[in-house]
Amino acid sequence: MSVFAFAGAAQFAAVGYVVAGVSWPAIVLLTALLNARHLLYSAAMAPWLRGVPFPRRAAAAHLLTDEAFALAIGHFRRLGWPDEWGYWLGAIVSTFIPWNLATLAGVLLGGQIVDPGQFGLDVVFPAAMIGLAVGLMSGRREVVAAATGAVVGVIVALLTSGAIGIVVGGIVGPFAGLLVPSRASHETAPLGTPASAERYAMPGMHAVGSGSVDAARPPEEPPS
Amino acid sequence: MSTELVGLALLMFLVTYPSRAVGLLAPGIDRLPPIALAYLQLVGPAVLTAIAAISVMVATDAAGDTHFQIGIEWLAVGACLAVVVWRRNLFLGLAAAVLIAVIARAIGVPSVIL
Repeated sequence: MSVFAFAGAAQFAAVGYVVAGVSWPAIVLLTALLNARHLLYSAAMAPWLRGVPFPRRAAAAHLLTDEAFALAIGHFRRLGWPDEWGYWLGAIVSTFIPWNLATLAGVLLGGQIVDPGQFGLDVVFPAAMIGLAVGLMSGRREVVAAATGAVVGVIVALLTSGAIGIVVGGIVGPFAGLLVPSRASHETAPLGTPASAERYAMPGMHAVGSGSVDAARPPEEPPS
Repeated sequence: MSTELVGLALLMFLVTYPSRAVGLLAPGIDRLPPIALAYLQLVGPAVLTAIAAISVMVATDAAGDTHFQIGIEWLAVGACLAVVVWRRNLFLGLAAAVLIAVIARAIGVPSVIL
């Protein structure tokens, strides 16, 4: 499941549904709903990867998880150009391989951990999501979009389901963000400039410096 | 190791891959108007924070009904947010979140489901 579906939240949900005896068609339907947010990621990534050949984009799509998206889009925006190899590195080395190794470890050793919550492991996922979101925030537009997405998502989730809440929050949040005028200078620094790099810099994730390979690469036209 | 769920995994792939691929493979999406591209740049923060907020604030019971939840997870994720904003270091933020959750549960801080 970790190889084929490669979708953490859907896998957690599916395992719970299997244990509860839910039918396969219902699980598949819920998976489709839960993963509908990837449509938004895919559309957001498309302008950056437009120059990548079709087969490589098709392969890249399978690896487009929450984490891969956040790492890649933040990386592209810091650089100001689409670093395809950076995407593969983040998606495969940082996400796909560790996820599958951890899945294997869980299968072999997980039974010895009676309550994972006791070790705080259940807060890692939401904490990682909020931390990755911070890496994408460069100004008030992103902050408003994020806050609105969270509030709307929770309200809709309480009225319907978590999966629908995520999708609706992800759709409505950016609309609210667009209502904010981008007047502040730190929001209008051209992508790929030192000001832009400083804005998005997150030690431990990526560094852009003069003289580096990244800095030497000729920038391509940003998507907007 | 059982392989009886491989079929389910393949079905999950079949419904997941299209949502990941449509945007990347559809022709002409890069020719969207600037306002649409600006919108797409805001999708990431909105979706990721929605996931985080729903994960810590919404609990789903066995019947599938959702409830508002108040718990130590709020503090843990909030601490991660503060550390990442302050230090720009995700690893430190995750460590802080886990530490808070472990300590709080060790001393018996309960979660409240409304």
